[in-house]
Amino acid sequence: MSSILDKGVTAEAALRTSDAAAPAVRRRDGGARAVRFLLRRPGLVLSILVIAAVVLASFWPGLLTSRDPLTGVPAQSFRAPGGAHWFGTDELGRDLYARVVHGAALSMKATLIAVAVAFAAGGLLGLLAGFAGRWIDDVLMRFVDVLLSIPALFLSLALVTALGYGTVKVAVAVGVAGVATFARVMRSEVLRVRQAVYVEAARSCGTRWYGVLGRHVLPNATGPVLVLATLDFGTSVLAVSSLSFLGYGAAPPAPEWGTLISDGRNYLANAWWMTALPGLTIAATVLATNRIARALDGEWAGRR
Amino acid sequence: MRRYVVLRLLQAAMVLWAAYTLSFLILDVLPGDPVSAMAVSSADQGVVDPARIEHLKSEYGYDKPLPLRYAGYLGAALHGDFGDSVSTGRPVTSVIADALPQTVQLTGAGLLAGVAAGGGLAMAATCTSARWLRQLLLSLPPLGVSVPTFWAGLMLVEVFSFRARLLPAFGNDGLRGLVLPAVTLAIPTGAIVAQVLSKSLLTVLDEPYVQTARAKGAGRARIHLRHALRNASLPALTVIGLLVGQLIANAVVVETVFSRNGLGRVTAAAVAVQDLPLVQGVVVFASLVFVLVNLIVDLVYPLLDPRIVVAGGRHWSSA
Repeated sequence: MSSILDKGVTAEAALRTSDAAAPAVRRRDGGARAVRFLLRRPGLVLSILVIAAVVLASFWPGLLTSRDPLTGVPAQSFRAPGGAHWFGTDELGRDLYARVVHGAALSMKATLIAVAVAFAAGGLLGLLAGFAGRWIDDVLMRFVDVLLSIPALFLSLALVTALGYGTVKVAVAVGVAGVATFARVMRSEVLRVRQAVYVEAARSCGTRWYGVLGRHVLPNATGPVLVLATLDFGTSVLAVSSLSFLGYGAAPPAPEWGTLISDGRNYLANAWWMTALPGLTIAATVLATNRIARALDGEWAGRR
Repeated sequence: MRRYVVLRLLQAAMVLWAAYTLSFLILDVLPGDPVSAMAVSSADQGVVDPARIEHLKSEYGYDKPLPLRYAGYLGAALHGDFGDSVSTGRPVTSVIADALPQTVQLTGAGLLAGVAAGGGLAMAATCTSARWLRQLLLSLPPLGVSVPTFWAGLMLVEVFSFRARLLPAFGNDGLRGLVLPAVTLAIPTGAIVAQVLSKSLLTVLDEPYVQTARAKGAGRARIHLRHALRNASLPALTVIGLLVGQLIANAVVVETVFSRNGLGRVTAAAVAVQDLPLVQGVVVFASLVFVLVNLIVDLVYPLLDPRIVVAGGRHWSSA
């Protein structure tokens, strides 16, 4: 009963206050809603923490570890995980935890490049196709169909063959393989928004095409594309690590996550941690981004 | 219907042609000098003979302008000739044909195991009345798609080969050697099947005919097997194209992990030595399989589900 009364009071207060105060009330309400939303989803909070840790590791690795990822103590090789070395040590006595933390920078750089390539190129293609329509739409979408007809990994492999090895090249190859999906989602969103009444109204008021595009179509079409970008982040982490596992990524001493696993593979029989722990890090990162994407997609939007 | 089939076949052929052209352009036009890369990869101890480069240039048509070279390659490809592999000197088609049976065996086993496990999981999750069990089961598929495939394979090797000494870790020998790689492939496949099927089962279980069956006294198992599963598996069929594409891609990684011979190993090796004709052959072959599977799904689907009316409209491969 009291809660209903409270709500009535706030509503009245909001009605009585001037226009300037109204948004502030709404924002405070939004904050409370976010806290309640998160409290009911411990998995989501954990996911956000994991991603925060990964971001921290990739920008300021010194905050998480003080050890050097490249120099080891040969006398301490193949130590199992424990208090001194959380993730154990590798064949040269290098601290594996430090290598995983410092590897985050390379892996995240590759992943971000891949997502950016797919997002920018795919988004632009889809926007152009959806907004221009007619034959431009036809030509662009047929091109997207062709991109989709080659399985993603094989498209990436062809690009790696042509471009050569290296973290950035692998990232670009993974990104190109993701272009088609972004183009499709962006196009269908633009088509949906373009038919909305407010776009028609803006048009009939004489708004120029770039005004319609910038003020009405883009802001309303980007939601699902951003969700896709979050999902694609996880997919790209997996694809980049697969390609660097196959040996096309960063050159050996650099501690990239996929490379760490393929290094550990040689010592699988006597040092399980060298393979298991970097792999768990990748899995946790991907799981966390997928969870966040799911929250962005359905749960949060659905309650608005 | 005939019009639809013919149109669909034509579309598939066009997509394949375009895939060929795209892979040709990627491998041919992008920076990097293919001929000297080939010469280096086939030279003994890094000494590259200029005469050898000239020979390779004329052999692979690099002395001709791009459109002529493309026309020549495409004409040969239409006759089933994808050129010779640079690293082995054998025709690309026969390299692929030799490696194919191992990979078909592996991906077939992986697909079967994945569909069985994923389907079983979806059935169990929707059938059980225990809330905790359902939530536990439904939390497994997101896990399955988040784990790197090569890592899952390595962990299986660690546990079942090195610790328990039950199964061989590497190689192609027989059924015992097939178990671990097939299980590895089945993890992402099964996860996708489980996600799609459980979602569609939950939708179907809300349908009025399920309520009718329940009202008439049909048991849980009977409702699931006779009424729900048959209707729910139709939407799940559409992801088969996606699954097959993913299976051949994962085979590259899994064959490398388990040191199995097959198409995936051939692909990884071809990329490593920049064997352009072989890489292109494999890429075109992968999209051939992908396009064919999608074509078959599209053609069979109206036969399985009479509610679907085929309009002769033009919609391209719905991958």
